[in-house]
Amino acid sequence: MPLVWIIAIILAIAAIGFLLGRRRVLQAVQGDRRKLHSLPNYYGSNVLISALVPALLLLIIWLTLQPIYVNSLVSSGLSVSDLEQAASPDLVMAEIRRTADGLELAVASGTMTEDLARDPGADITEVAEGLQEAGSIVTSAVTQPILRAAQQYRAIMGTGYTMMFWAVVLMALGGAFWGLRNARPDYRARHTVEQAIRALLVAAASIAILTTLGIILSLIFNTIEFFRLYPATEFFFGTNWAPSFSGRGGASDLGVLPLLWGTFYISIVALTVAIPIGLFAAIYLSEYASPRVRAMAKPALEVLAGIPTIVYGLFALLTVGPLLMKVFGPDALGIMQAGTAVMTAGLVMGIMLIPFVSSLSDDIINAVPQAMRDGSYGLGATKSETIRKVILPAALPGVVGAILLAASRAIGETMIVVLGAGAAARLSLNPFDAMTTVTAKIVSQLTGDADFASPEALVAFALGMTLFVITLGLNIIALTIVRKYREQYD
Amino acid sequence: MYDTQNKESALSQDDIKISARNVQVYYGDNHAIKDVNVDIEDKTVTAFIGPSGCGKSTFLRCINRMNDTIDVARVEGDILLDGENIYDPKVDPVQLRAKVGMVFQKPNPFPKSIYDNVAYGPRIHGLARNKAELDEIVERALKRGAIWEEVKDRLTAPGTGLSGGQQQRLCIARAVATEPEVLLMDEPCSALDPIATAQVEELIDELRQNYSVVIVTHSMQQAARVSQKTAFFHLGNLVEYDDTDKIFTQPEDPRTESYITGRIG
Amino acid sequence: MTEASFDSQGAPARKRTSLTVTDERTKARNRAETRFRAYGVAAICVGVFFLIVLAFSIIRSGLPAFTQTVVAVDFQLSQQDFDEAEAQLFKTKAYEGFLIEAIRGKLEERGLEADFDAGAIERLLGKPGSTLREHYRANQQDLGQEVYFQLAAASRVDGYLTGRVTRDTLQDSRFLQMSDLDLIDELVAVGVITRSFNWNFITGADSGVDDPGGAGIGASVIGSFFMMLVVLVLSLPIGVAASIYLEEFAPQNWFTDLIEVNISNLAAVPSIVFGILGLAVFIQFMHLPQSAPLVGGLVLTLMTLPTIIISTRASLKAVPPSIRDAALGVGASKMQAVFHHVLPLAMPGILTGLIIGLAQALGETAPLLLIGMVGFVARGNPEGIVAGFTEPNSAMPAQIYTWASRADPGFYEKAWGGIIILLIFLLSMNVLAIILRRRFERRW
Repeated sequence: MPLVWIIAIILAIAAIGFLLGRRRVLQAVQGDRRKLHSLPNYYGSNVLISALVPALLLLIIWLTLQPIYVNSLVSSGLSVSDLEQAASPDLVMAEIRRTADGLELAVASGTMTEDLARDPGADITEVAEGLQEAGSIVTSAVTQPILRAAQQYRAIMGTGYTMMFWAVVLMALGGAFWGLRNARPDYRARHTVEQAIRALLVAAASIAILTTLGIILSLIFNTIEFFRLYPATEFFFGTNWAPSFSGRGGASDLGVLPLLWGTFYISIVALTVAIPIGLFAAIYLSEYASPRVRAMAKPALEVLAGIPTIVYGLFALLTVGPLLMKVFGPDALGIMQAGTAVMTAGLVMGIMLIPFVSSLSDDIINAVPQAMRDGSYGLGATKSETIRKVILPAALPGVVGAILLAASRAIGETMIVVLGAGAAARLSLNPFDAMTTVTAKIVSQLTGDADFASPEALVAFALGMTLFVITLGLNIIALTIVRKYREQYD
Repeated sequence: MYDTQNKESALSQDDIKISARNVQVYYGDNHAIKDVNVDIEDKTVTAFIGPSGCGKSTFLRCINRMNDTIDVARVEGDILLDGENIYDPKVDPVQLRAKVGMVFQKPNPFPKSIYDNVAYGPRIHGLARNKAELDEIVERALKRGAIWEEVKDRLTAPGTGLSGGQQQRLCIARAVATEPEVLLMDEPCSALDPIATAQVEELIDELRQNYSVVIVTHSMQQAARVSQKTAFFHLGNLVEYDDTDKIFTQPEDPRTESYITGRIG
Repeated sequence: MTEASFDSQGAPARKRTSLTVTDERTKARNRAETRFRAYGVAAICVGVFFLIVLAFSIIRSGLPAFTQTVVAVDFQLSQQDFDEAEAQLFKTKAYEGFLIEAIRGKLEERGLEADFDAGAIERLLGKPGSTLREHYRANQQDLGQEVYFQLAAASRVDGYLTGRVTRDTLQDSRFLQMSDLDLIDELVAVGVITRSFNWNFITGADSGVDDPGGAGIGASVIGSFFMMLVVLVLSLPIGVAASIYLEEFAPQNWFTDLIEVNISNLAAVPSIVFGILGLAVFIQFMHLPQSAPLVGGLVLTLMTLPTIIISTRASLKAVPPSIRDAALGVGASKMQAVFHHVLPLAMPGILTGLIIGLAQALGETAPLLLIGMVGFVARGNPEGIVAGFTEPNSAMPAQIYTWASRADPGFYEKAWGGIIILLIFLLSMNVLAIILRRRFERRW
């Protein structure tokens, strides 16, 4: 029973409930709606909500919990010998799930009978043939224990889904009847419906908290897992980053320092580009530019902010890198070995951050009251003196906040460094060396066929944790400063 | 230095400090000041009165070219300061404003220390050769702003932490610190309570000894109390300009009479 | 100059200077002013300059992706030739022979003499024989008629025509030899090798790592489309509901503060962290299918929600309180006042914010890479609506990234071309947002 159908049935029950509830209450007052406490639609909606909400909640909970439950049930049924030659329990489970999906597909496409798919004593070659014929990808040869586990998995899942279907439909019907019983003229349906809507609104608003919680939990659990396999001190204080590709365990050096250094170096280059340009652009736009120039230059800069980072990444890799090579490369100054380097990524990231710095600073400079400017002009100060000695000092906290936000953006930026900075982790002072960053390594450790139980993959979560803590700290400080600043002039 | 002073002192023989001739101001399409002619005397407090929107503040802002900072404002006619046209293209508004200081409606101390607020003008105009001289200028300005006694122990405290009346006197001290010749005040007491107002009015009377003071005010009582000359503006026109006593006792124009007796405005 | 004697506080005598003479100090200050202003102009110019360089390099490098080099020949095959070829052992070789003859004929028409063999044709065209054979086996009625064939040329021929491969950089290899270049020049002269619009780039799917010519962005456009559908369907109701709660109903308490702090911080969390969240929660924990647009959409929804909530709240705040008071005044409940009056009035602003949020999500790459939506999984168009959400697919920016990180420089051109398509989508969304704002914006 596909999910779409279950949802359609619940919706149908709810819709019928809506109409019935409306009709029942109108009949009770012989069509004189003035005798009702609430508008008729509220009575209908009340039935609709009591049918829909519990049933959908049950559906979601069931869908989340069932795979977890079945997984643990099936994997506990596997004997140790089955796992011996396999890489890890996770991989075995993935294989079992894949086989079960294959069986499902084979039955659906008719290349295999339902009996064969269920038969625990089925001939393994026959099943494998059927699977291949149905077009499902069987990575390694299907072994007997895996096939049996897959059949068990499929059977339990099937029973579970049937149970879920009836439970959900009964829940919806029960809810609808309960709602209908309440469809009496004196029932305060509007209050109930509004309470329910209010609960929905609160739930929607709470998603922000859940997201943060989800981020923190997924980072913490995997980071703890990582530190169980790899010593934390070596991660935090190690100066060498050399994950091994083939082996597992001790062969890798996973020190975060070279990555942090690369991250900060590139961010510093980027901020060195973005802060003066962005700040001067903001000053010019808010203090000097005529309305016409402002109307053209401001959107032009903002276009830079709307361009996806992948575009900047490509720009770094294919335009800026080769350009820098022409000036600093082996044929010219000879201090740059390859197009991907700190300078390349930093420059391009700086361009990306210009509109970020300028629009934030523009807002902040505009928040300085006109009275400050008048006071300064009235004393015979020139515009630049007014800006340098009155407006900027007054706007300083806000500008610092903006710069911190830009720094956090630079540290968390991924695509530009993945494409523009190179892949080598090194501690070097030469800005024309290739270096790599925390974000680039998260991508490289988690893409491809990584085994999620290995320290080489889990280190990405520790890197993510480091990144999250640093950027969160910067953001909190920056947002606090900016808010304090705004309050000062409100 | 002194010989230039002697040569140019001829200019100041006359008691007329500022004279405006056929001044017109436009804000975009709006004709805000219409053909104003006025002679403002040195060492006198001149009050501009009139109903809201009559152009008195606009005219005041013309005298130190503060209207330059507004994009749509356009000024025609001549305003002479000591016989020199301040709208001459050769005149740098920055130099002009050093001579013609301004105090605003709302106290607007910079978010800096009291000392830095007062030292701001002297610093940008290069009036002090060293720290000692600057200290002296600041102290003198604060004394003339009649606020020295209140703040001398906390010169490094932020100027924004003072009370409203103190802030306004600080702004006056800040304006005085650049040694201006004319002091323009745009409703300097409108944001202050009666006690602070009295203090500032007293200060204005003292400042008259050194400067030509032009004050825009809403309050006719204030004009009567502090000024020697009064100009009445109405709908962008200068209706009447005479000794304060005369304006308030026997105005010539019926509109002036209506205003001071409270029938218009 | 007698005022000093009047001054009770003993000010020094003031020096009288003319206004029309600018003193040295003022001149210096004015020069500083001019310099400062010039810095500002320079900053703006640098910004605009970067924008122009960016636009220029995108267009210059990306446009070639929309055309491809083809070998275009009018080709005629008689029934007799067909039977003859089908009777041979190396059937496709026989077809190639016909093709070579046709091309040689073309050259001779113009009086050009070029020596080339089957090897050269293979280097230029890959294996054209099988294409021809398939065509005639499927369309036997074409036998004896003139058929116009456009055969895609090899990537290096394409590179030679677009300037990526030059006579200086070419090294003889089994892919392309120096002598082939003369042949190419002649074939270009007679119009056999031309460039034609590359529909496959817009509609096709990703190709193998050694076939940049066959790569298309179509499949990942569809992947992006399904992802945006998920984002739209989830983020509009959730974003609006959360904003209404925070703006209209939320009491001042710690819980509201907690939500507020969370939203403003989430808006600044790096996007890759959302990728980690998606990987850990949706794939590892909830076992949703990897590389699926559904998961991508969920991750991007969480990522764009803060932005959408912030802009929606601004739109709600812009509706004046008098509207609410008026509704409450005639006896509407708070809920009715909000849903009947405030929300419809704020809707244009909300939609504008939503479109801008969607545009931001459409360009996002990093989180998609972590949940497996890399380019090479986009091997074909999904079959059906449900498959569109759950089958592995890529998205436009991820596809571009995959191309950019491949070794064959032929893919770089495709990456730039992909960017043009991505930017066209973003541009139209932004234009739509601007139109919405202009058309419906109300100033209170």
